[in-house]
Amino acid sequence: MSDAELRITTPLTCEAVRNLHAGDRVLLTGPLYTGRDAAHRRLVDLLEVGEELPVELRGQLIYYCGPAPAAPGHAMGSAGPTTSYRMDPYTPRLHELGLAGSIGKGERGIEVREACRKLCAVYLVAIGGAGALLSRSVESARIVAYEDLGPEAIRLLQVRDFPAMVAYDCHGRSVFPGDEPL
Amino acid sequence: MREIACSQITGAVADLCRAANFGLPQDVSDALRRAKERETHPLAVDTLDKLLLNARIAEEEQIAICQDCGIAVVFVDLGREVHLDGDLYAAVDEGVRRGYADGYLRKSMVRDPLRRHTNTGDNTPAIVHLRLVEGDRLALTVAPKGGGSENMSAVWMMVPAEGRDGLVSRVVQKITEAGGKPCPPLVLGIGLGGNLEKAALLAKEALLRPVGEPSPEPDLAELEKDLLEAVNATGVGPMGLGGMTTALAVHVLRHPCHIASLPVAMNVQCHASRHKTVVL
Repeated sequence: MSDAELRITTPLTCEAVRNLHAGDRVLLTGPLYTGRDAAHRRLVDLLEVGEELPVELRGQLIYYCGPAPAAPGHAMGSAGPTTSYRMDPYTPRLHELGLAGSIGKGERGIEVREACRKLCAVYLVAIGGAGALLSRSVESARIVAYEDLGPEAIRLLQVRDFPAMVAYDCHGRSVFPGDEPL
Repeated sequence: MREIACSQITGAVADLCRAANFGLPQDVSDALRRAKERETHPLAVDTLDKLLLNARIAEEEQIAICQDCGIAVVFVDLGREVHLDGDLYAAVDEGVRRGYADGYLRKSMVRDPLRRHTNTGDNTPAIVHLRLVEGDRLALTVAPKGGGSENMSAVWMMVPAEGRDGLVSRVVQKITEAGGKPCPPLVLGIGLGGNLEKAALLAKEALLRPVGEPSPEPDLAELEKDLLEAVNATGVGPMGLGGMTTALAVHVLRHPCHIASLPVAMNVQCHASRHKTVVL
């Protein structure tokens, strides 16, 4: 573990992605889109029929998070990551569109690691279950698509010093014990 | 007969939904602290620290400890000398509806498991387990259960020849494969015996025991200890990033079973092992 935390501004260029290495601890500042199971399904369904997405994903990061509602006086309710592997069937397709990264928790399928390497993307993990703590890094949140999905709607967050760790980098490396480099 | 109004049940369930989500039970935070003292991996120590800090923030600010405020699992121990003035299930659901709305808790239920576009909007229906007991009391336990850890749970219809060693190796294999997905450190509830549904329910009930309290049955306490050691020897660690603390505790409950069978269920619980009880 490196003690130093890298301050990173989103969205990310490919050059910024190349500077990230598995095991790096980062503090993210800037926009993040939330999206999880149902929203991913809708995005990929749109791509299949050749329609435009409701959000431009180039260079952006998707945070796999369905937040709790904000209590009065809070910008955000509890907002930790959900388990990432459920989005594996959709993630490589979104990286092809230029999505720079995703944030979640837990190991993922090899197809995501390969997509990160081929398409200059990164997968980050945040502390699962630390939703109250992580909500403090969210300065604002508004729904930008699929409001009918409730907690699964796509939200645009503005975060400041949001703590995460690089799990899969674009160099084929993984932070999870037991994963060999690609 | 003692009369209990359903409105009392609704109010109690609403309170329990909020209280269970706004902090960690003392036994869980104590277990996290003990794990932190033992842990040798710096990143794991840091993660355990942050989980304790997270619980403090949730309690102080009265916000949900985790955005996954769970499916509302409610155990009802109904004394046989109690008379209710209405529909118990409707009263529990109304409590869940109010608790999740007033507590700003996330509503995590989709109406149709295959066509997943409609959230029920109020976190109902609850999963209610009703048990008839002696006396004139009614005990309610609300145990909100997160989806990420539930997804890593399993039921194994083992053959008797697999025995104790087979059970240990299945648990270890499953937890190794699960890695960081269920938010370790975990509490594992194991239901040993019965049949398909009995094993699953025992596994859920096993999670209600205070974390780290051994089974009163010596051979099960020994099995729990061996399972915990084996799971922590995997090196999965907090969040799957390595360490000695993959589980905080393993709890086993047992039931006799058919001569042909060895059913085993494992209910995987994340570190946010939430449950609250009240007796009416």
